[in-house]
Amino acid sequence: MSGDALVPVTKRPTGILGFDVISDGGLPVARATLVAGSAGSAKTIFATQFLVSGIVDNDEAGVFVTFEDRVEDIRANVHSFGWDIAKWEEEGKWRFVDAAPDPEEPTAVVGSFDLSGLLARIERAVKETNATRVSLDSLNALFIQFSEHPILRAELFRITTVLKRMGVTVVFTAERIEEYGEVTRHGVEEFVADNVIILRNLLDNERRRRTIEILKLRGAPHQRGEFPFTITSREGIVVLPLSGIELTQSSSTVRVTSGDSKLDDMCGGGFFRDSITLVSGATGTGKTLLVTQFLAGGMRSGERCLLFAFEESKDQLFRNARAWGFDFEEMERSGRLMVVNRYPHAMAMEDHLVEMQQMIADFRPNRVAVDSLSALERVSSLRSFREFVISLTSYLKTHEVAGLFTSTTPNLLGGGSVTEKHISTLTDSIILLRYVEAFGEMLRSIVVLKMRGSQHDSQLHQYTIDGTGMHIGEPFRHVVGILSGNPQFDDDGERGDV
Amino acid sequence: MIQELCLKLFVAGDSPRAREAAANLARACAELADGEARIETVDILLDPGAADEFRVLTTPTVVRVSPMPRRRVTGDLRDVNQVLSALALQPRTPQP
Repeated sequence: MSGDALVPVTKRPTGILGFDVISDGGLPVARATLVAGSAGSAKTIFATQFLVSGIVDNDEAGVFVTFEDRVEDIRANVHSFGWDIAKWEEEGKWRFVDAAPDPEEPTAVVGSFDLSGLLARIERAVKETNATRVSLDSLNALFIQFSEHPILRAELFRITTVLKRMGVTVVFTAERIEEYGEVTRHGVEEFVADNVIILRNLLDNERRRRTIEILKLRGAPHQRGEFPFTITSREGIVVLPLSGIELTQSSSTVRVTSGDSKLDDMCGGGFFRDSITLVSGATGTGKTLLVTQFLAGGMRSGERCLLFAFEESKDQLFRNARAWGFDFEEMERSGRLMVVNRYPHAMAMEDHLVEMQQMIADFRPNRVAVDSLSALERVSSLRSFREFVISLTSYLKTHEVAGLFTSTTPNLLGGGSVTEKHISTLTDSIILLRYVEAFGEMLRSIVVLKMRGSQHDSQLHQYTIDGTGMHIGEPFRHVVGILSGNPQFDDDGERGDV
Repeated sequence: MIQELCLKLFVAGDSPRAREAAANLARACAELADGEARIETVDILLDPGAADEFRVLTTPTVVRVSPMPRRRVTGDLRDVNQVLSALALQPRTPQP
């Protein structure tokens, strides 16, 4: 359109969480956007949510044109998201244009026709409700009903042109056959769409993975590439704008206690308030104990603490904490501690992430611990896992929350887990817990491997665990090769020094 | 007792195609075996509510309102025989 270049593009938030980030503010006003995707890729939810947001967030009415689903089915299907379309219809904020074919009354075609009937009905609905948003879902049904595709393309172009002139922002959906291939089955996009969005529903390591990509947003900046999204019962579509997030490094200079004064010393005075720490160790090295101390330390300072436990049951956690002298039950009753128990397998990574973010937003903790990341890694693809860690880390940082993640190393001696390899650059600090075989005994060592923005003790310290908790002792002085799993001792021996 | 044949012709304004469809429909009805047909023309630009009521997407569209069951055909109706067959109506003389 010749006028497009002259008019600056203003955007309208879609209300789809995360989408407004990757689209730099939403969908361009008075433009037409094609949402294309394979069957089951959530096109209808997108088209519906776009109207819902107009009503809920901006008090703007919307018109929903259905070519396929029955009106009563749509009302029922989206009710689970808390979207009460019937109520909005009564309030004059939502209007259906039922353009679904009637199976009892098929239409024969004799000669050429146009879609003026459809246009007149949409125009009437828009005028009567003062709607600013129109969703058409999905064009395929129309292309199946009528084989005169050139007519349909030309008419759809006419309809969107009229609606755009009326100042209406249009979303229409169309089906794709392949996840990577032509944009749509019937090639409507070149004719009708200013903007093209692709929804994908892929199998990744035997797991479903949904992504959204903005292929084209005419005359407006947006982020490129595929972004994962999920569908929650509370929000509908939630996009995870990963590369839209800046991984900010720890910026706070305020220190908080790790829960262990000796470990605080090794870190140069405690963790930074908005830093993420990874604790790595084999089974039995005391990772969960470190988590327990971290939470108890926060409670002592009057902070709010949230634990996501993916390995041990709540009973087990509370029993262990009680043995170490921390009454987590009482702390939970006080309302400042929340322990969330989840099976890693229960949900996709994206769903875990969204649920965790919602809980963090609701509970507003100062500290969050995840025990363990490895349990989550086992049930996800590498890519999903990395995206999960990036998103969670960024989320914690932007909310100025101190995070402690644990990771289980596969080998008892030495170290290095897959988890660490992929996320060590994402965390601010790394603490290693390692077994050391010496003199027929298993000793334990702890070292602060990395601490962003601070001096720290780089020596390996011996520590013991007993009924009262963790006791960090002196550095190992006469031994090398602990981290590689092959400790070598010099003649003086180690025993007497500790 | 035979129910009266009622047809509604939905058009969008007074376009050449609308006039063509009206003429073709009249021609088709002249071929009918029994009795008269009542044809009502509805301009959906003036009465978009009627388009909603009869779920009209395309124009021109003819809806056989009575007798039931309803039948519909869309287009400029250039082929009279096809129009009659789509509306399930019998022409006066059997076609070869």
